[in-house]
Amino acid sequence: MEDETKAPEEMERELEEMRECYRSGRTMEASWRKSQLKGLLRLLREREEEIFRALHQDLGKHPAEAYRDEIGSLIKSVNYALDGLKRWMSGNKAKLPRLALLTTAKILPEPLGLVLVISSWNFPIGLSLEPLIGALAAGNAVVLKPSELAPECSSLLANAIPHYLDDKAVKVIQGGPGIGERLLLQKWDKIFFTGSARIGRKVIAAAAEHLTPVTLELGGKCPAVIDTLSSSFDRKVAVQRVLGAKFSSSAGQICIGVDYVLVEKKFSSSLVELMKMMMKKMFGENPRESQSVARIVNKHHFLRLRSLLLDPLVKSSIVYGGSMDEESLFIEPTILMDPPLQAAIMMDEIFGPLLPIVTLNKIEDSIEFINSRPKPLAIYVFTKDEPLRRSMVSKTSSGSIVFNDAIVQCLVDTLPFGGIGESGMGRYHGKFSFDTFSHQKAVMRRSFLVDVWFRFPPWNDHKLQLFRSSYHYDYLGIVLTVLGLKRTNRASKGI
Amino acid sequence: MAGEDKKQQPFDSKAASSLVAELRGAFASGTTRSYQWRESQLRGLLRMTDEHEQDIVAALRSDLGKPELESVLYEAAMLRNSCKFALKELQRWMMPEKVKTSLTTFPSSAEIVSEPLGVVLIISAWNYPYLLSLDPVVGAIAAGNAVVLKPSEIAPATSALLAKLLGEYMDSSSIRVVEGAVPETTALLEQKWDKIFYTGNGRVGRIVMAAAAKHLTPVVLELGGKSPVVVDSGINLQIACRRIIVGKWGNNNGQACIASDYIITTKDLAPKLVDVLKNELETFYGKNPLESKDLSRIVNSDHFTRLTKLLDEDKVSKKVVYGGERDPTKLQIAPTILLDVPRDSLIMNEEIFGPLLPILTVDKLEESFDIINSGAKPLAAYIFTNDKKLKEHFVNNVSAGGLVVNDTTVHLAVHALPFGGVGESGIGAYHGKFSFDAFSHKKAVVYRSFMGDAAIRYPPYTNGKLRLMKALLGGSILGILRALFGRS
Repeated sequence: MEDETKAPEEMERELEEMRECYRSGRTMEASWRKSQLKGLLRLLREREEEIFRALHQDLGKHPAEAYRDEIGSLIKSVNYALDGLKRWMSGNKAKLPRLALLTTAKILPEPLGLVLVISSWNFPIGLSLEPLIGALAAGNAVVLKPSELAPECSSLLANAIPHYLDDKAVKVIQGGPGIGERLLLQKWDKIFFTGSARIGRKVIAAAAEHLTPVTLELGGKCPAVIDTLSSSFDRKVAVQRVLGAKFSSSAGQICIGVDYVLVEKKFSSSLVELMKMMMKKMFGENPRESQSVARIVNKHHFLRLRSLLLDPLVKSSIVYGGSMDEESLFIEPTILMDPPLQAAIMMDEIFGPLLPIVTLNKIEDSIEFINSRPKPLAIYVFTKDEPLRRSMVSKTSSGSIVFNDAIVQCLVDTLPFGGIGESGMGRYHGKFSFDTFSHQKAVMRRSFLVDVWFRFPPWNDHKLQLFRSSYHYDYLGIVLTVLGLKRTNRASKGI
Repeated sequence: MAGEDKKQQPFDSKAASSLVAELRGAFASGTTRSYQWRESQLRGLLRMTDEHEQDIVAALRSDLGKPELESVLYEAAMLRNSCKFALKELQRWMMPEKVKTSLTTFPSSAEIVSEPLGVVLIISAWNYPYLLSLDPVVGAIAAGNAVVLKPSEIAPATSALLAKLLGEYMDSSSIRVVEGAVPETTALLEQKWDKIFYTGNGRVGRIVMAAAAKHLTPVVLELGGKSPVVVDSGINLQIACRRIIVGKWGNNNGQACIASDYIITTKDLAPKLVDVLKNELETFYGKNPLESKDLSRIVNSDHFTRLTKLLDEDKVSKKVVYGGERDPTKLQIAPTILLDVPRDSLIMNEEIFGPLLPILTVDKLEESFDIINSGAKPLAAYIFTNDKKLKEHFVNNVSAGGLVVNDTTVHLAVHALPFGGVGESGIGAYHGKFSFDAFSHKKAVVYRSFMGDAAIRYPPYTNGKLRLMKALLGGSILGILRALFGRS
């Protein structure tokens, strides 16, 4: 990619120009922000076919999947931002105590400046543009570095964005780890990173040099806890939702996908039977031909996933699927029953179409199971049991928790989307995107007319007493002290 | 058991690691999560401050020579207010926040639940050692966390007092104090925390954030900068000067992160401004300010040397128009004003944090905005003006943690305003509910029913499903109907 060969001075010069552009104040105008958001909308509508092609080429995604997970979701987000923009920009009044006469206080959001968005390869369009929506709505200049592991999408963004957005304030810089490292050496006003925890650590370490705030959207092993459901309708829906969440979105290469399932031993075999039936319905007898399973992104990840199944104890736990084709980077949706907990497949985030089922004696044991592992980005619980519901919410910790479904939380604009602990820091989506790229500036205005005369030195007990009263918002106390009718604490203590 | 962490053996990595393990056990037991626990701990802080106010005043006098009124007002009273506000609001803060869901996920309900982060580390500063240690603790407790507090060793009397009092008044299974300096802090920073809250300078702030990076620990950094005051003509100069003076010298003798660092005014107004400042300073502190009981001393000889170096630089030593006297035995420097200092002088290139006030002059006041914006973003910025246009320009174009028009520093006391920096002046904010939020994880919770599923969500994928999906995500009922009937 061309940007790899860019000389360091050239990159710095480009960035300095972008900072100049930001300092000129252009990106702060509401009209600019609106025009950028509308530009994104036009890009998504006019380049839809191209986007479908690029996603199919990079990841083998069917247009329905691409629309559901990326284009459609983005359109919804842009419209939400356009709708809320004026309100978000105007800030909030802050409540003041009555003592503060002729004073106003307000929280005014302002852009941070020049921000860096680094996106991931599994939703290469979605994860690039969703943060961009927030950054632009908040009035920043933006550099976007898409993932080189989704090269068609990266090129598409590099070519299209200059046509639809302000190319002095929004730039796409393409490249691999080399470019990434060089970008991280620069001083940014914010860095927004989506990817693995390993790189996340590098990002925040680089940010620490410049005291740059960061948002890290990382991952983890998101469990789906399936309680024993009595209604067969509910059982079907639960299985459909779990399988859909695992296999039909980027072939399991999704940070909030279901990583593994937890179920009670006594329910496990009927669960597996139901799953097998559903799998046939969704993917047919020949999943490879079905067009409904995305591909593994590249050979490296294919080999990584294949090696998870090399361990003979893991291999023997496969109860469905298991076939792979290196040529087409295809892995068949696969279910495993109780692979060893020490195996890599149960220790690392799978990020692929392999679904381990772990059986427990009691479903409540799932709480301890989950808590003994790093906090995940999401926990999914399929149950109608109220006490279990309440326990799961209060006793586990995760970015989000969803009952009776999976993944849908990312579609709710009013919910913050982000991780905790190893799964990330910070959040976005909806207004949270705007906030994450803003500084909430406190603004207070006072009048010359009113002052409390006792604010000023020289100090004495009288003034001290007045202060005590005013800090307690004790208006009567203030009046009495000023009138000399209330003795100071020390006087009354006989000191 | 409690605050005896200042044991005979050094507090090293091993000690730090077992401290964290102990607190994790306490947190895992669920003790800190209940409303009752949080409320009782906050009440404990309140009682502690009430019952030991004189001890606090004495410690602050020993550490900083702080006048009693400042100790009572800016440390004890503010901390009390913080506790009271948290106690008043706690139940409301702890309640989940319901949010609206849309047609796209129908039927569903959703809420945001606040949960504690776990075990947090609070590292505080020396200039308001009581307040800056406990104010963040208020937030951490209100949010249900276990806490380790590391007070500044540069204010040793207050550090010792905190260790003693917190040991007596707080639940030591979940709240601990570690006293010490660089080795102890380093040992603490090696551990994995769920949040680190640091108040201090940018140099150490970077070290804290780098240490946090290893464990993917989020941080709040309350740092500093050069908080400018822009002074316009056509205002009540006497009131403005009083407010500037009390915000600077009345705040730990200028050793405060949001004290006015320097003034920018017009060449025309400067002489008059200097006169009024001189008059008011004399009214407040008398003809011999070095003798005044109403000024804190410089905290230690390191800072005393640093400040005298700023004052004695060749470029600047002739620019003193008021004050300049110093007493090394008392570690005291008189309120000092300098006029027309060069922009490349030492005093204009680091946060002063002391009783020296340089004045920069410009031809037109509009130039001041460029001067401010060309430097690092400060923690606060102030302007005194009656000109509406200038006010708006200032508010909309000057970036700082917080801004005040026609006063200085008062925004600190408003619970409803977030207190924090931007850029070099810090990351994150606190005070009031912002403290609770700083120490909480806002967990998204979605409840869905088993009903109301759309087959279009699932494979096998077809073009028909694609059409329907477009309509559903578009959210328009008409669009959905049309797609269902195959018409879009």
